[in-house]
Amino acid sequence: MQMKLTDQEQAMLNGHDGKARQKAMQLLVRYGEALGAERLVATDNIAGVPGSSNPFLQKYYRQHGGGGYDAIFSFFDLDSDELVEVPKAAAHTCHLQGGYDPENWQLLGATPESFKISQESEAFIADRGVQILKTCTPYLAGNVPSRGDHCAWMESSAVVYCNSVIGARTNTEGRESTSAAMLTGKIPDWGFHRDENRFGSHLIEVDFPIESVMDWGMLGYFAGEAVGERIPVLTGQFGSADLIRHKHFGAAAASSGGVEMYHIVGVTPEANTLAEAFGGRKPLHIIPYGLAEKRRTYDNLNSKASDPQVDYVMLGCPHYSIDQIRDACRMLEGKRVSANCNLWIFTSRAVKVMADAQGLSKQLRSAGAVLLTDTCSSISQAVPPGTKVAALDSAKQTHYLPAIMNIQAWFGSTQDCIQAAITGRWNGVHP
Amino acid sequence: MSVNTFVLKGRKVVGGVTEGEALVTRQTISGWGGINPMLGTITETRHELRGQSFKDKILVFPGAKGSSGWSAVFHMTRLSGAAPKAMLFTEMTTKVALGAVVMRVPSITDFDRDPLDLIETGDWVKVDADRGIVEVRKAALRTGS
Repeated sequence: MQMKLTDQEQAMLNGHDGKARQKAMQLLVRYGEALGAERLVATDNIAGVPGSSNPFLQKYYRQHGGGGYDAIFSFFDLDSDELVEVPKAAAHTCHLQGGYDPENWQLLGATPESFKISQESEAFIADRGVQILKTCTPYLAGNVPSRGDHCAWMESSAVVYCNSVIGARTNTEGRESTSAAMLTGKIPDWGFHRDENRFGSHLIEVDFPIESVMDWGMLGYFAGEAVGERIPVLTGQFGSADLIRHKHFGAAAASSGGVEMYHIVGVTPEANTLAEAFGGRKPLHIIPYGLAEKRRTYDNLNSKASDPQVDYVMLGCPHYSIDQIRDACRMLEGKRVSANCNLWIFTSRAVKVMADAQGLSKQLRSAGAVLLTDTCSSISQAVPPGTKVAALDSAKQTHYLPAIMNIQAWFGSTQDCIQAAITGRWNGVHP
Repeated sequence: MSVNTFVLKGRKVVGGVTEGEALVTRQTISGWGGINPMLGTITETRHELRGQSFKDKILVFPGAKGSSGWSAVFHMTRLSGAAPKAMLFTEMTTKVALGAVVMRVPSITDFDRDPLDLIETGDWVKVDADRGIVEVRKAALRTGS
């Protein structure tokens, strides 16, 4: 299908705004036609990983077409066959998680070479006007869209938050499409950008009150398994709905399944009523969630662990908010992390500045814990040396980390995890 | 056309013409955390193709799942020489569309009949993505058919 371009888009495609924006527009047209999109839509909110580099890409492009950061951006981000000079971003763009914590990179196992590469690609992209948020939770670090905004975001947990909780509009974009959007301010008008694709498909009827963060995480994990890539609509008692709970629910649903949007009737912005959530249509399936399903989800998440000797506790998936850091500090008060265990908490640089100002970073340090930024154990493939058994309060991290690092992982509440860090033993409470 | 060949029609995702041996799965594939982009092997723990490589194969599958890093990881298979020769899939997503584009392999979707029902691993498949045509030669005639 041929896409219909505006005059401005056509001019950009013809090279009116320079080579790099022309290449970016070419990529968006190829991508839009692959999707079957009819047109592009303007976006001024992009969250991606532009120009991010690794030793493989560095070496490859040194051998094919020249090294340097313009080369990686041209050949990889824009999938161009021609080396172009990368201009300033044309739309507001932020960099998601990746690279290394500038203070704790050695702890994360980075070599001086890989750390240098990460620093250089960051400087390159910052110079192009990209905000270096370095987090999977841009909405906790200053990038909060408004309802109805067209965005181009990567990171499944951020995408589902953007669509469901904020009511802004984004597909799960990739590195190349977000980098092209950064230079053009455009993205294909397809999927979640369009009203007709935002209605629910499956109804999940929850028959007990969903309260704790752990409850929300398990329900999200269940919902993702139940609906796969579709859109769940939930009914029940969700009195405690807050940012942190939505964050854990969405991240879980986007990992066990491919949920990019959900509705909770009476809670999320496009679901004032059941009828509104389904756009007047009938649900394809009605799925009950009761205490039996909750227990089964808990057992499922804990199926990868058998050894109660915990040597690593990781919190901050998705990146912790300042309130979650404060809660962790409160749970640690007067206690210390066991000599046989490590406690790492991941957050964004912006939230860490707040934690520093409040003295929370120092409290964590004196309790033997570490506050890290930019990444997490799954992304950086870094756990403390010798880790065999981890404890996690995130269903998403529990989904990924054991497979990526070949370790065991327990799933439980934040309190269960902090307790494990203090005692070195898992004593999680079965719901 | 002989009895053990047939034709499927679909919509071009990425153009091009190629042929090769089919690798078929009914399970969606993860990019980041699901494949080794240097070898083209499926690494996801519980995947039915775990340990098998799609390098130089005609990959027939429902589509993409998992992390938004899908396109970048499949993009790397083109650089490492481990990309599939073509992709035939049934569920359109932004992940698989962008991945197909940057891998630059002929790709087709929206078929008139379900390729997952009709194509089996080992079948010889000719893909003409420009015209949206797939010609399949069965590896073996099933008894009784």
